[in-house]
Order: sequence, then C-alpha cells, then structure tokens
Amino acid sequence: MRDVALFVPCYVDQLSPQVAWDTVDVLERAGCRVHYEADQTCCGQPFLNTGARREAKRLAARHCERFAKHETVVSPSGSCVATVRNRFAELGIDPQGPDAQCRTRTYELAEFLVDELRVETLGARFPHRVAVLQSCHGLRDLGLAPGSEQGPDAPETRDAVSLLLDKVEGLERVTPDRADDCCGFGGTFAVKYPEVSARMGKSRLAGFSGAEFVVGTDVSCLLHLEGLRARAGKGPRPIHLAQVLAGRAPA
Amino acid sequence: MSARFDERAREVLPDDARVEWHDTAVFDLRRRRDLAVAEVPDWEALRGQAAAIKAHVLDHLDTLLVQFEEAARAAGARVHWAADAKSANQIVSELLAARDVHKVVKSKSMLTEECGLNDALEGRGIEVVDTDLGERIVQLANEPPSHLIVPAIHWSRHEVGELFHRTMGTPAGESDPERLTRLARADLRKHFLEADAAITGANFAVAETGSLVVVTNEGNADLGMSLPGLHIACMGIEKLVPSMSDLPVFLRLLARSATGQPVSVYTSMVTGPRADAELHIVLVDNGRTELLASDAHKRALGCIRCGACLNTCPVYRRAGGHAYDQPIPGPIGAVLAPGVRAKQGGAELAHASSLCGSCTAVCPVGINLHDQLLTWRGEVRTAGPGERIATRMAAWAMGSARRFDLAGRAARSVWGLLGRRFRGNPAEPWLSSRELPAHPGERFRDQWRERRGSADE
Repeated sequence: MRDVALFVPCYVDQLSPQVAWDTVDVLERAGCRVHYEADQTCCGQPFLNTGARREAKRLAARHCERFAKHETVVSPSGSCVATVRNRFAELGIDPQGPDAQCRTRTYELAEFLVDELRVETLGARFPHRVAVLQSCHGLRDLGLAPGSEQGPDAPETRDAVSLLLDKVEGLERVTPDRADDCCGFGGTFAVKYPEVSARMGKSRLAGFSGAEFVVGTDVSCLLHLEGLRARAGKGPRPIHLAQVLAGRAPA
Repeated sequence: MSARFDERAREVLPDDARVEWHDTAVFDLRRRRDLAVAEVPDWEALRGQAAAIKAHVLDHLDTLLVQFEEAARAAGARVHWAADAKSANQIVSELLAARDVHKVVKSKSMLTEECGLNDALEGRGIEVVDTDLGERIVQLANEPPSHLIVPAIHWSRHEVGELFHRTMGTPAGESDPERLTRLARADLRKHFLEADAAITGANFAVAETGSLVVVTNEGNADLGMSLPGLHIACMGIEKLVPSMSDLPVFLRLLARSATGQPVSVYTSMVTGPRADAELHIVLVDNGRTELLASDAHKRALGCIRCGACLNTCPVYRRAGGHAYDQPIPGPIGAVLAPGVRAKQGGAELAHASSLCGSCTAVCPVGINLHDQLLTWRGEVRTAGPGERIATRMAAWAMGSARRFDLAGRAARSVWGLLGRRFRGNPAEPWLSSRELPAHPGERFRDQWRERRGSADE
C-alpha cells in the first residue's frame, strides 16, 4: 500500500472540496493510503504569478516544510504541481536541501495514476460524451500529453488524461476543435484582463461542441469555464477528472 | 494597476465577428506551420541547433560584430554604429540629407519600426514609401503594423479596397485580393522608379563575409536594393550568424515557422555595394546590450522575427496586435518591451498573458518566452498601492492555517453579496463576464476533520 499525502490547493479547499474528496476516493480505489496535512495553505503560485516573488518564496518554503516528511505528494491541480516542481527552484528553494523531497515527489493526479501506479482501470462508470480540457500547465509544463505544437504527425506519446478516461465504462470521448488552445484563465490574468480572458473562454467552450462534459485537471480553469457557461446559460459542463474517475454522477 | 492592455483590447473585443475572423486568420498560420513542421523529420534537432548557434552568437557578440564590420568594410560597405533609436534615425537622416534624397523606398524592417524612423525622416521632409504590401496598407491608413510578418492582418479585403480607393483612387468597390495587389503594385512601381534611396532591414548578417541576408515573399526589398544608388540597411546588433554554413539552419526554420512555406520566395544576399552604388549598414543597440547582460532575458535576443509565437498566442489572437502598443506585439514583443523600452507602458505586457506556454513550444530558436514573461513580472513591479497591500495581506493570511481559515470564513460570509453586481464590488472583474461559483459552505479541511478525525499525523 502506497502512502500518499494530499496536496489540496487553497482554492480547492475553499471552493471545491468535493474535488478533493473525489481525489481521495480515486487514490484509495487505486490502493493508496491517503494522508492529509491539515496545516497546509497555499504553494505560493498566485503570488509568483503576479510577480510577488518574496511572498511566493515564503509560502513555497512553508509548503515544503509541511510536506517534507512525505515520500509522495499528490494534487488534483496541474498548475500547482507545476509550480512546485518547476518554479520553486527559481524562487531559491535549494534543490539539494531538505525541501527537495517535496519538489521532486509531487505529482499531478493523472500522471501519478498513469506513470507511478500504472493503473489499468478504476472500475468507474460515466455514461456521457466528454471532451478533455488540456490545461496548459499540465500539458506543457508537466508533459501530461504531447502538445499540438509538435505537429499532427508527432510520434504517438501518452496522453495521461485520455488514457484514464478511455478506461471508464460508458464514456465516449469527443475530440475538441483545437485540442489544446488555452481556456483563458491564467490565474491573475483572468482578473486583470477579464474581457480578453472571457473571450478566450468563450472560444474554448465553443470548441467543445458535441460534448456534455468538459473534463480537466485544474479546478481553476474549470471554475472559469463554468462561470462563463453559467452566464451564457448553455454549453458543456466543466468537471474535474477526479469526479469522472470516482464515478460520481453529475449533480 | 492600470490594465491598459485591456482598455486597448476593448476597441476590438465588442465586435465578435471581427475577433472571430482575426483569430481564425491568425490561427490558420499556426496550422500551416504545424503541417510544415511535420514535413521535417528532425524539427526538434533543428531547433536545438538554431538555439545553440544563437547562444554562441550572443556569447561572442563583441568579437563577431568586429569581424562583421571588418568583412563588410572590406567588401566596400560603410558601417555605422547607433547606440539608440535617436542616433540610428540621425545617422540615416544625415546620410539621406547629404545626398539630397527626397524620396525613400523602404522594405519591411521591424528595427526601423522600433526606432520610429518613418516619423523621423518625414519630420525632415523626406518621403518614405513602405513597399511591403501589408506595410503599405498600414502606412496608408496611418497606423502601426499589428503583426510581425503580416502587418495588416487585422484588415479585411473590403476595408483594404476602400482604403485604396480613398488613398490611391482605385475603382470603388474593388475587394478582390489579386486585383488589389496588382493595383498596389502599379502604384508602388512608380515610387520605386522615383526613389533616390532604399532602406531595408536584415534578417541575418554573416560575420565571416560581411553579407546581409534579406528574406521576403514579395521581392520588394530586392527591387529597392537594385534600383537607387543608395542602400541603407538597418539592423539590430543581435542579427549575426557566424558563417554562411549557419544560414541554412535558420532559413529552414524561418519560413516554416512564419507561414508554413518550406522556404521564402526571395532570399537575397548582399555583400558590399553594387558598382557605382553605396551600401551603408547601421548597427543598432537600443537596449540590446542591457538585455545581453541579463541571464534571464539574453535568450530573447535570439529571436528571428518569424511571428510563430504571435500566431499561436491565444491572447494575441483575440486582443489583436494594437492592444500591445509596442513595435512588436505578442509574446516576443512583451518579452522585449521592458528591455528595449522603445515605447512607454511595455512592462505591463508581461501580465497580459495566460502563461499557457504555447509560444515557448513553437519558438524555432527555443526562446523560453513564457518563463521570461513570468520573470519580468517579478523584476518590474507594475502593481499599484492597492494591489500591493492586497497581495501582502493575502500572503500574510496564507502564512498560517489559522489565518487562512479566518480569511476563508470572512469570504464565505460575504460570498452571496460578492456574487451580485454592484458598483465597488471587488469581484466585478470576475463577474463582468462570468458567474461566481456557488460556495460549498464548508471547506475540505473541516470536512476531513469531521469525517476522518483530526489530521492523522
């Protein structure tokens, strides 16, 4: 049995606790023992994102301390994991120091299931047409799938999210238009440039026509798209991968 | 902070159909690039090679520039050095004034855009005619280009037809691209024959031979370089490649990345002046040595101006090039702006990106564009006092689980109110186009404690 510490991003803790529970459920189905550090807050990504490096560094160091004793950390957020794995070093968190463990062993949920646990199936059922929202940080910073920039004939490499979804019973995967164009969230970008952000999201949602659900690995992108969908009153519903893998029926 | 980028983007965003076709037209260039890339079996290796050559050039720029200068002089060219835009404009103006030049044909040069050369020359009574078709369109419309290689991509063919009718007296209602091109060509031909001098940029300059390499699809640069007796080439000091054998690497990457063409229509090399003609080369710094001294941003000087990062950029495609209000728009423009400082307001652009990273993934010379945008955000703080205080308070709250909990409770207590639209609502930027998510009521940490007991460690 693998021991896994759950890294619950600050906004997931507050706004989407059910995604964290779905993640717990999926990890337990996959045979993990899930631990939760109640003292965790934020990895510092929003601060780094807005250029507040001093604040980001303080929170990054705090984050590493909280998880230092765990071998494996898993999070249902590609962008937070990308921050921990790719950005902590440039904040001056010593890769050889005691914090290193946390940086090198933090995984996004889909990559953990596919690369580390090599799960075949989780026995979930989700009889719906879904399209994958490849969140940019998961895609290009963590390499969850080959980016479309590699061209249409790129050597077939893995696409962690699609691999997992294709094993879900009853699920039909729809290929979206422009497979990995950004949804327009981008953290503070969505607040600083709300109109451009919304326009990007609108195009993205339109690209998912034919799907009932849009499945993603980042709650932040999903909340942005859900906000747009709710305002427009139409469009496919954005949900997190963990919900599908947990087989939890949409509300 | 003042989000000037959003204000400028607002000039196009309300026109949904326009945003749609702009996005489609620009993304079509990206699709063509993808197809062309797929034809090259060793694309990634080629990118790596280009990045390595550019890194070498930037590490040895001092000696390569001297080598280039000597070779160019030996071939009969005159070489001038300009520390900044003003000095570059002055050198060009004086060269033209000394030869009593009244009319210049210019082929596309982003450097002269950066320096504001057209305005400087026109201020001295010298007529400048841009001869690249797209560049000519924006010149006639009296506006800056909106794209690196397709300067008038924001113009529809109907609008171009109206513009030509108004400015060149072409038949009203003409909107056929081919006929419009012929009309523009006939008009330009006249200017070519009348001009006393030609100004071009340079895509590459070969240190070993002192040669300039100019790449176009229209042949306008070649005509300019062949007709008048004076040719002035303006280029940034970073444009060097060590030797002729390095060129093919870049020529294979450039056209494919830009438009998906295997090679551009015209690739011309100029080594020294023609008989009875003069060739002047103006090497311009304008902030480049400062970027060269920055470990974080040095690589941006490797840019070959292909425009691929613009074509893939989801922000550029929707907001349009003019929203950037810089000589070069898009990701590379935003990366260069705070360093080159051609125009005020460039520092904000580092924030006008969702950091999706697609720019980095397409860049043919491997510039880590989105990483550099993030770095700029930390290096040049553009936040106003309100944002700075809010950031500090938020970081303070996140510094302890208890404070985070209290902040969360406070947010929950006003959540219903935040979801409503009223003046002064801090959630307004979100609400302007999106609904606020419903608050679940209880946070995960509390639920865990209830369901699984206290934290197990």
